[in-house]
Amino acid sequence: MPKKKEKIKGYRLDLLICAGTGCVSNRSFIVKEALEKEICRRGLQDEVRVIATGCQGFCERGPIVIAQPDAIFYQRVTEKDVPYLVEEHLIKGRPAKKLMYVPEKEALPIPKMSDIGFFKHQRLIVLRNRGRLDPENIEEYIAFDGYQALQKVLTSMSPEQVITEIKKSGLRGRGGAGFLTGLKWELCRSAAEHPKYIICNGDEGDPGAFMDRSVLEADPHSVIEGMLIGAYAIGAQKGFIYVRKEYPLAVKRIHIALKQAIDYGLLGNNILGTEFNFFIDVVQGAGAFVCGEETALMAAIEGRVGRPRTRPPYPVEKGLWGKPTNINNVETWANVPVIIMRGADWFSSIGTEKSKGTKIFSLVGKINNTGLVEVPMGISLREIIYDIGGGIPNNKEFKAVQTGGPSGGCIPKEHLDLPIDYESLSAVGSMMGSGGMIVMDEDTCMVDVARYFLNFTQQESCGKCVPCRLGTKQMVEILNRIVEGNGKEEDIDLLETIGKNVKLASLCGLGQTAPNPVLTTIRYFKNEYIAHIKEKRCPALVCKALISYVIDPELCTGCVACAKNCPTKAITGEPKKVYKIDQQKCIKCGICLTVCPPKFNAIKKVSPALV
Amino acid sequence: MQIIDKIIKRFKEKEIDLIQLLHEIQNEYNYLPQDVLEYVSRTLHIPFSKIYSIATFFTAFSLTPRGKHVCTVCMGTACHVRGAPGVLSRLEERLGIKAGETTKDKQFTLESVNCLGACALAPIVVIDGEYHGQTTVNKVDKLLEKYAKEERED
Repeated sequence: MPKKKEKIKGYRLDLLICAGTGCVSNRSFIVKEALEKEICRRGLQDEVRVIATGCQGFCERGPIVIAQPDAIFYQRVTEKDVPYLVEEHLIKGRPAKKLMYVPEKEALPIPKMSDIGFFKHQRLIVLRNRGRLDPENIEEYIAFDGYQALQKVLTSMSPEQVITEIKKSGLRGRGGAGFLTGLKWELCRSAAEHPKYIICNGDEGDPGAFMDRSVLEADPHSVIEGMLIGAYAIGAQKGFIYVRKEYPLAVKRIHIALKQAIDYGLLGNNILGTEFNFFIDVVQGAGAFVCGEETALMAAIEGRVGRPRTRPPYPVEKGLWGKPTNINNVETWANVPVIIMRGADWFSSIGTEKSKGTKIFSLVGKINNTGLVEVPMGISLREIIYDIGGGIPNNKEFKAVQTGGPSGGCIPKEHLDLPIDYESLSAVGSMMGSGGMIVMDEDTCMVDVARYFLNFTQQESCGKCVPCRLGTKQMVEILNRIVEGNGKEEDIDLLETIGKNVKLASLCGLGQTAPNPVLTTIRYFKNEYIAHIKEKRCPALVCKALISYVIDPELCTGCVACAKNCPTKAITGEPKKVYKIDQQKCIKCGICLTVCPPKFNAIKKVSPALV
Repeated sequence: MQIIDKIIKRFKEKEIDLIQLLHEIQNEYNYLPQDVLEYVSRTLHIPFSKIYSIATFFTAFSLTPRGKHVCTVCMGTACHVRGAPGVLSRLEERLGIKAGETTKDKQFTLESVNCLGACALAPIVVIDGEYHGQTTVNKVDKLLEKYAKEERED
């Protein structure tokens, strides 16, 4: 294997600019261009390199630039900051303080990436290469020991030994269900029929989860290498990567990575001069949440409508075109090369008794440090939300964290010290799922959240089985009437009864887990349901039908901002005097609240509604 | 139909499957025109019902022409808790259409999507592939004005 470390050492400094979807949306490519121009203008082009990397994870603070070798972390870098950054860091050789990260409520900036709370508590295995290499350049992956695990497997291990090693590591599927990866491989290998297929499931449909996108964007070769090792162990010659259409950048980088791997003889016939042949195709999803379910996903790859079927037979017996097929999630595949290189014992020393290794969570919602975090299994929710996530913005109070996407549940404050693994999350009514972690504060209405998820699963239900198709529909209708103020007292029991039946009787994972958000919010936040039903009151002031907007006469100065922006002309008054909202005309769009200058803060929400 | 024949040829050579074929037709026409789908069905001897079922099952496909600008509002959970419903209803109100529809002058198509996976930017609005993060009702107004201004200048 060619080693390219020399090339990286050839420059005095590297500026690593994040080019994940979050930072790109914040114009990181424009910043990159500006940096390159400025570096040339200062004649530093032979000393300093600018490299576009994959997602660094701290998306809230994008665009992010990391100056190596000292790992100085610069955040929210705009085009205008470029001359200052170049002058200070590159010419004068001192850190550019103004661009450093200052934690909420603190005064001093933190220069080094590893000292920042968001990064300090993380443990990177899957995201080992995040932000340190150019994902569009295979040589950089190789320079960081990429494809060495493949070489090790092909030259010194039998397929059975590979399976034993993965089994011993205790790696479980990161897509949500948590099945033992090595066992799945073994079942597929021992299936009698040929050919065999492997699939990488990158149809990350859970709203609020984006780790698979990030891995594919930041380190596509780690997934390809994992698949190669899996294919060798299972005896497959053909693999598929199924990616969502909503992830254009990931699709692009996978294509580039595959082409480079073929050029380097790492894909195709006689890989690394051995008898092993393997090919990968990319299939783009077309926007259907249910296609994340393995049998639906296989139907979509075959070019059919993505509806699930009953299992058994499981894909490892009868999968794509009726042949044995092994499906693993993106994150699972990316774990494989590291386990091979560092050994099962090392991997299984991380995590809890039954859940080994790390898990990536996307920490989003009402949280200061939004982003992607990889943490050892067994860490507590409190550590993730407060130590890494930096707590809740605007001094609001934490209410719940929703894990596992539409299949998961809402976990309240009293379980914040729960050590996270597959089992503990199930025990409190939620699940690991793909790793979405949506933080909610006092301004989030739990009934509305339950309705949001149910509405989502109801729309995404493929309609094949009755419990899911009709059950979710009935549940949405009940939730709709509760948030509209027409709930009945027996509705809570009815929701629970239908929910339990949908869980028991549905065909696939979508229906079997769809009621979880409703059941957990009833379990932990029943008082909010009761307030909606009995008092017609939304405690979080979210549900439109149950609130009114009013102007506080003590605070209103008559600045006219609200009246000018009201789409229905419901706000009247005279300039410099107190304004009033006509509740009959008000459509509760909330625009007045957003345009009222914060220094006056005169518009308030009240519940129950006035009219 | 030359372009379509090329796509059909790739299907016949098993380079692409039926879903990818529809993706490519949509990339070409910006939607799936009925006559093209009928032509595909006839040429490939695939029942029209099968093509129709795929075209309607997956949300990425549109059977009606889309506007010059496609405006997508992310309705993922992170966007939802940070106020996406308000942003969407403002867009619906300003454009005079519901999500999934196209304005009469064919300038704008408004769509919602389940999650774009860029939750740090929530709530997100994407117009013609360009991401706009941390949107508010006011920002949406400004965005629409920008596009309307460009239109006038054209």
